[in-house]
Amino acid sequence: MKRQRTGWLLLAPTLIILFITGFLPFLYVIWVGFFGWNPTSATGQMHWAGVNNYRQLVFDQEFLLSLGRTLVFMITTVAIELTLGFALAGLLLKDFPGKTFFRTIHALPLMVAPIVVGAVWRLLVIPGFGPVPFYLRKWFGIDYNIGTYAGQAFWTTVLMDVWHWTPFVTLTILAGLSAMPKEPFESARVDGANRFQQFRFITVPLLMPMLLTTMFLRIMDALRIVDEVFMLTGGGPGSATRYVGIHIWRKVFPETEYGYGSAMSLLLLYFTIFLCWLLFTSITQSGKKARA
Amino acid sequence: MTSKKGRRFLGFLGTYLFWIVGSILTLLPIYWIIVVSSRKRIELMSGKPNFAPTFFQKFHWKNFTDPFVNGNQTEYLLNSVLIATTNSLLVVILAVMATYALSRFKLVGADNIFFWTITNRMGPPAAFLLPLFLLYTKVFKVNDWFLYDTHIGLILIYCLFNLPFAIWLMKGIMDGIPPELDEAVLIDGGNLWTVLSRIIVPLAAPGIAITGLLTWVFAWNEYLFAATLAGGKVRTVTGGLAEFVTVTGSDWGQMAAVAVISLLPALIFLALVQKYIVMGLTFGAVKG
Repeated sequence: MKRQRTGWLLLAPTLIILFITGFLPFLYVIWVGFFGWNPTSATGQMHWAGVNNYRQLVFDQEFLLSLGRTLVFMITTVAIELTLGFALAGLLLKDFPGKTFFRTIHALPLMVAPIVVGAVWRLLVIPGFGPVPFYLRKWFGIDYNIGTYAGQAFWTTVLMDVWHWTPFVTLTILAGLSAMPKEPFESARVDGANRFQQFRFITVPLLMPMLLTTMFLRIMDALRIVDEVFMLTGGGPGSATRYVGIHIWRKVFPETEYGYGSAMSLLLLYFTIFLCWLLFTSITQSGKKARA
Repeated sequence: MTSKKGRRFLGFLGTYLFWIVGSILTLLPIYWIIVVSSRKRIELMSGKPNFAPTFFQKFHWKNFTDPFVNGNQTEYLLNSVLIATTNSLLVVILAVMATYALSRFKLVGADNIFFWTITNRMGPPAAFLLPLFLLYTKVFKVNDWFLYDTHIGLILIYCLFNLPFAIWLMKGIMDGIPPELDEAVLIDGGNLWTVLSRIIVPLAAPGIAITGLLTWVFAWNEYLFAATLAGGKVRTVTGGLAEFVTVTGSDWGQMAAVAVISLLPALIFLALVQKYIVMGLTFGAVKG
């Protein structure tokens, strides 16, 4: 009994801090979400609104579009990063002199702060100054300006994310490939399986739990992207790169829509939890299958 | 027909060619900000990008000195160092205590608590910004003192993502230390403190160091909470960098210089923790 108490005492500070910083805001956002509250509006007072915020939210085109945009961004970046990361990991599997050196360079973007990534890319692509617009025009005659063209702005944010996070995928897949047992491949070779068959029926299934974990972490990160894009495009041009995090930030801080913003925050949270749950179930199921 | 040796040589050549091109693509953006940070404004605005490096006399050091001597960047730098260091120390100490409790005391619901801690990191920060901002400016206050715009406020909020991360990382390490060792110390008349200081901390030292370094980098790199939960008094390096686009306009040379400075610690750490980054970023799910 005394032992139990010591355990709880050791755990207490952690639980208190996470309660204050994580759970309390969660409860508070549920509470505020039921009110109409904009301190800079005519009334300025909190007034009970029931579920009106949510009723408005499900028809709010701006919000839904920003959510959709985030999903498109998420699917695009995760697909590119997984493909590229897989290929690069395969190339790093063989030993060659200088491998560690190249791997370290490859891992470098991982440690760079998101806001710095945004700054770096901004310096690359500012019209009239950055090298990217200059050479695109000179060599290919392409008019590149992320302040004007929505499509280009979107693809630039995708490329920036790929630059930043592909190394993560490469390193995790590389770790998975290096830890792979040799026996299944040997027996497959004896049975006359070709390389594609080995890849399709041994490598992929064995790697599946880890691929899903990597994907899971990348999807969560892509959903919450704010810093990089804020620095690069500020959400523009128009609302072309206004992903859901930036959208909420804009509604809440410059426009001080506290009540409505709370409802939005909560919906985003539920949406994330739902996606999490979906992926988590598929991870545990594929884990069961791999063991069976 | 090429010989087997010749083919292998070509393979090697291809691998190197590929990795050299890949490394250039990775390094080019970072190289470019170093170049930009070394140039005068007038040189940058000439209309044709110049990739040639500048050395010594021609290096425009004013880009580096100006934001720190005449601007506020020194203060921001010190704020960041103070916040990241305190947060990292706090997180590591709490994580050692918590994982020791979770790993050894057979607490009721230990697994659920463990999972609950990690869910705190998974949430999108954008969803927590508003409630935290309101709590910091309206609820957490003592008389006239608000948690908003204080060092403590930021140190506390960085625990939201660093503490779950540290707990996940340390849990595996803690489970790997055989419980027989601390039982032996307890039988010899030791107490909890001697177990932690003589057995746990020395044995977990490498893991503690990695956890500390990674949480430090995460705190150093954080921007969104720093920008919303602190105003002008406690601005961090990342907030200072954002100032260049929002407030001061477009002094690209100085912005690049500040970006280079804020990159340095991360680059130094990269060399130290390279091997453990993967394990760290996947919460120990993948051993690098």
